[in-house]
Amino acid sequence: MRMTRVRRVLLGAMLGGSLAAAGCDGGATAGASGTGGERAATAGAASGAATGATPVRFADYDGGAVPGGPGAGRHYGIGIRATAAAITKMDRDIGPDGAELPAGTGSVAEGGALYKAQCAMCHGVNGEGMAPAFPRLSGRDPAAEGFKFASDPKLPHTIGNYWSHATTLFDYIRRAMPHVAPGSLTDDQVYALTAYLLAKDDVIAKDATLDAAALRAVKMPYADRFVPDDRRPNAPK
Amino acid sequence: MAKRIEDTELTRRDLLAGAVGAVGGAMLAGLPATLGGQQGAAAPSGAPARPTVPADATKLQGGATTPLGARSAFEAPSRAPYGETTGSSLTPLQDLAGNITPSDLHFERHHAGIPALDPERHTLTIHGLVDRPLSFSLDDLKRFPQVVRPYFIECSGNGRGAFRDPKPDLTAQKVAGMLSTSEWTGVPLATLFREAGVKPKAKWFLAEGGDACLMTRSVPIEKAWDDAIIVWAQNGEALRPAQGYPMRLLLPGWEGNINVKWLRRIELGTQPWMTRWETSKYTDPLPNGTARQFTFELDAKSIITSPSHPDTIGERGWHAVNGIAWSGRGRVTRVEVSVDGGRSWANAELLGESSPKSTVRFQYMWDWKGGEAVLLSRATDEAGFTQPTRTALIAERGLGTDYHFNQVVGWKVERSGKVLFHGET
Ligand code: HEC
Repeated sequence: MRMTRVRRVLLGAMLGGSLAAAGCDGGATAGASGTGGERAATAGAASGAATGATPVRFADYDGGAVPGGPGAGRHYGIGIRATAAAITKMDRDIGPDGAELPAGTGSVAEGGALYKAQCAMCHGVNGEGMAPAFPRLSGRDPAAEGFKFASDPKLPHTIGNYWSHATTLFDYIRRAMPHVAPGSLTDDQVYALTAYLLAKDDVIAKDATLDAAALRAVKMPYADRFVPDDRRPNAPK
Repeated sequence: MAKRIEDTELTRRDLLAGAVGAVGGAMLAGLPATLGGQQGAAAPSGAPARPTVPADATKLQGGATTPLGARSAFEAPSRAPYGETTGSSLTPLQDLAGNITPSDLHFERHHAGIPALDPERHTLTIHGLVDRPLSFSLDDLKRFPQVVRPYFIECSGNGRGAFRDPKPDLTAQKVAGMLSTSEWTGVPLATLFREAGVKPKAKWFLAEGGDACLMTRSVPIEKAWDDAIIVWAQNGEALRPAQGYPMRLLLPGWEGNINVKWLRRIELGTQPWMTRWETSKYTDPLPNGTARQFTFELDAKSIITSPSHPDTIGERGWHAVNGIAWSGRGRVTRVEVSVDGGRSWANAELLGESSPKSTVRFQYMWDWKGGEAVLLSRATDEAGFTQPTRTALIAERGLGTDYHFNQVVGWKVERSGKVLFHGET
């Protein structure tokens, strides 16, 4: 309610969005695609929620079934259309298949120089970390090989002996490191640092160069050790 | 159960000190200091640490009205922070008596500090496998139908220290203080997903925070259709900055980290993104050389908060043993208490209705005869999970497992009345 016209214009401009799209694109066409194909919304379910009975699944009761609402299968038309440009600016995540990896390239040697200059002060010259705040990155302890971590809390996790996907390393360095200036590295630099840290832990060759295709092809040593949650009732599992 | 403190006779000097310390209201400015109000004030330097108050509070006017409520000067609950930008601070469970954690005592855990965000500039964008990518301002979110529900949030690393190294000097705060409960207000994520028109192909979504590490976690879409909420209020007012101001994702019953704070973006996709916080961290190594991944639910758990270390039980006789129980899988259906180290168990009373994925208080009346005793609690939830002993948990998961420590814990009471942590169950 407090959203003034002026604010909405500003917001639209900020997101690069057009006002014409604001909050009312095409009216009531939500249909089944948004409901996950679950049971139909019913007034009974909604009132069950209102009286504090067992909360029903949100899929089941607020799809327009809220008193006074637009009606089942319709939507409210609130919010502004996000433009492709605004989304591209924010959406920098890299999934496990590396489909979104950007153009660019970086070598282990280049990564080593960058690491010394921008990372070693916190993570140690050899990636050994500084307890408790700065995590160890590399230096595989032979005692930990074979994924023995459950038996001894002191066995150090490193990128090479634990991480399941090389794409994660690229994604994380690009979004969060260096800790003092996150988001400051170029894509080439992120490729180089990723290459350096993978080589340091014997995942790739010491003279390797990474680009999108090469990074996609990297297989982490213990990738197959991760299993779905199988905790069951009445067992400590 | 702290030792009883005898009433102290206050001198006239104390009285003046107490009253003067509290004067502040303009209305009272012209009055003699002794009439200026009587909230306890910090003791003058050199005196004992207890606040000073008038000898007889019925004989002079009380303190003035104030713009913000403050705790009694006799009460000083505080979190126990450690670390800075990647640190945490723990809720003082031993000082709390209800389900709701006062917002300023809610535990904190963050990975890149607490960002300062302007609610007028912050937006939440939903995109990816949707018909209509949309951005919502905070005011936009408040136009949707709201829900108000009590849920706990617990860090899945809560209790790691007590599991691995159960030292007698641990407090309830150190054992389980990364658990807090709030009444949350927000809009169901399902409502926003309908608004954007989620495509049937979408099976997971990525939630991203607006902090300096752009925290990202992947969530199965079913959670949105079940009970996920985008919340902007906590205990009746705007979220605290450390809790995600101006908006956060709330996934009831799921490990703390996935309740992404400072939420700025949700992307719908077909598979999990395998972010650092679901691979390098928040995975649970097992003795068979594997690690569980996406261990979202928090298991049934409980802790006795009174008595607890460093209390000393001053008197024999009846004492209310009470504490808090919770489960990420639904309601807590039963809490049992043992006063003999687990040889025998009795049902505790649940105080009020147990609410799903929230906390419930329990109590058990105990007639202490002055002997050594070990007090334990054990919760069972509606999904059929019961807390295991530490021995059983180590056998199943190993001492080096990293998250989800829900073993039975309690307190040893010595003959002297001294209370010490008992973690080796
Ligand atoms: C100012 C200190 C600092 C600097 C400089 C720094 N980091 Fe970090 N790094 C951290 C901290 C702190 C964390 C842990 C963050 C958390 O708790 O979530 C971390 C985490 C990481 C991790 C994840 C480790 C794990 O086990 O999950 C990687 C990888 C990493 N840093 C790489 C780098 C790289 C590459 C650089 C250089 C470009 C760098 N860091 C520079 C402080 C730093």
